Amino acid sequence: MVDKPRDVQELLSPADTAHAVTRIASEIVEENGGGAEVAIVGIHTGGVPLADRLVAALGQLGEPPAATGTVDITLYRDDLSQIGPAPVVRSTDVAFDVAGMTVVLVDDVVFTGRTVRAAIDNLIDLGRPRRIELAVLIDRGGRELPIQPDFVGKRVDLGSDRIIEVVFDESGDRVISYLNPAGPP
Amino acid sequence: MTLRSKDLLGIQSLSEGELRVILDTAANFAAVAARPVKKVPTLRGRTVANLFYEPSTRTRISFELAAKRLSADFINITAATSSAATGETLTDTAKTVEAMNVDFLVVRHSMAGAAHQLARQVECSVINAGDGPHEHPTQALVDLFTIWEHQKRFAGLKIAIVGDHPRSPVTISNIYGLKKMGAEVTLVGPSTLLPPGIEQLGVGTATRMEEGIAEADVILLSRVEITEANRLQIPSLREYARFYCLTRRRLALAAQGALVLHSGSMNRGVEISPEVADDAFPLMVEQVTNGIAVRMAVLYLLAGGDRA
Repeated sequence: MVDKPRDVQELLSPADTAHAVTRIASEIVEENGGGAEVAIVGIHTGGVPLADRLVAALGQLGEPPAATGTVDITLYRDDLSQIGPAPVVRSTDVAFDVAGMTVVLVDDVVFTGRTVRAAIDNLIDLGRPRRIELAVLIDRGGRELPIQPDFVGKRVDLGSDRIIEVVFDESGDRVISYLNPAGPP
Repeated sequence: MTLRSKDLLGIQSLSEGELRVILDTAANFAAVAARPVKKVPTLRGRTVANLFYEPSTRTRISFELAAKRLSADFINITAATSSAATGETLTDTAKTVEAMNVDFLVVRHSMAGAAHQLARQVECSVINAGDGPHEHPTQALVDLFTIWEHQKRFAGLKIAIVGDHPRSPVTISNIYGLKKMGAEVTLVGPSTLLPPGIEQLGVGTATRMEEGIAEADVILLSRVEITEANRLQIPSLREYARFYCLTRRRLALAAQGALVLHSGSMNRGVEISPEVADDAFPLMVEQVTNGIAVRMAVLYLLAGGDRA
């Protein structure tokens, strides 16, 4: 079984996290102009609760998104033959026409960029969005593809032996990091 | 949770958990068929070969589309046009095909155990697409999937299977699958068509249609026709129809809103009356659509990396 996480550090407190979400929401409005056809789409699994938070924050700004949805990137992975048994396929639920929309993809952490690449491919199979943007709570660098987020809660520079986890909790979301119990990759 | 084996040879060797994983995965693949681009890149670079020693157009096309919608390459080998016609053994043919770096062999053969024998001799994944009267796991999974979509439960469901059981490719697989999921199964047909000892699989039998389908939540039919193999067991199609044809009058004995499923091409007026066939046709069409999603799920789950 997984060992108890060691050397836990808090990257964003509940107050910092709430603030970051509000700031990202206002940046989305600012960047796209009020009343734009903006859709918020969370990437399974970590991006989905964060997308919910963003949708709520946009509502409070009086700019609720035109549409919301989720994407599951499992079928678009580039490493199916390298990882263990076939991962669980979750549903891609984009029940609106993406053509002509500005779609903001939401994920909790951006690292290598491969998840985002897969999510973009998935979206484009559903239609032709006018524009795709990327919002993340944490950008931890380490990109292996030319992909950059448009909206970032916090940029951090951590060793690759550390895991970043966004803890979604009704009493307050927070972001922690700890040493990978499996050791360095 | 995923599948333990590299092959899908039958329902008998699957656990209830594995059956549920396949059904859950299939539900998500069904959504892919509703998209403008009905294709995902998941199995890009993999190759699926259909090796069919007897014709089964529906199954063949279903596997072909499932493979293509997962972006796999696909080849079709039919016995009549291949080296099998020259007398090459099944194993030799399969090994030759595997040498072309095929990742999946989908095998249809009239001999029970054909796929099992191949699976022991090749490295690639083998999927049994019907081995005679034995198992036809993907078709049973399609029936399970359609029943689940409509009833949202298996426990306590009463299922009647009616038809030429010794010739039906899917009866045995359906019995294993439905029993594992907790349904009650009754096999219906004249005593000549009820396989001896079938009760050992935990199913009931009924020789009277009216008794067999009473209060049934689901009625599974298979095609009945007279062939060289069963001409001594079915005196005539007219006589079979008189006692076993699913008419509106007989259907009224089943539970309110009972599902009528048919696993192949219908013989209207024999196992099903034209009126019931018309009423049930939308569901049968839905089953064909579900068949692709279920086969995509099976290919996907078998394609996963190293198994523990």
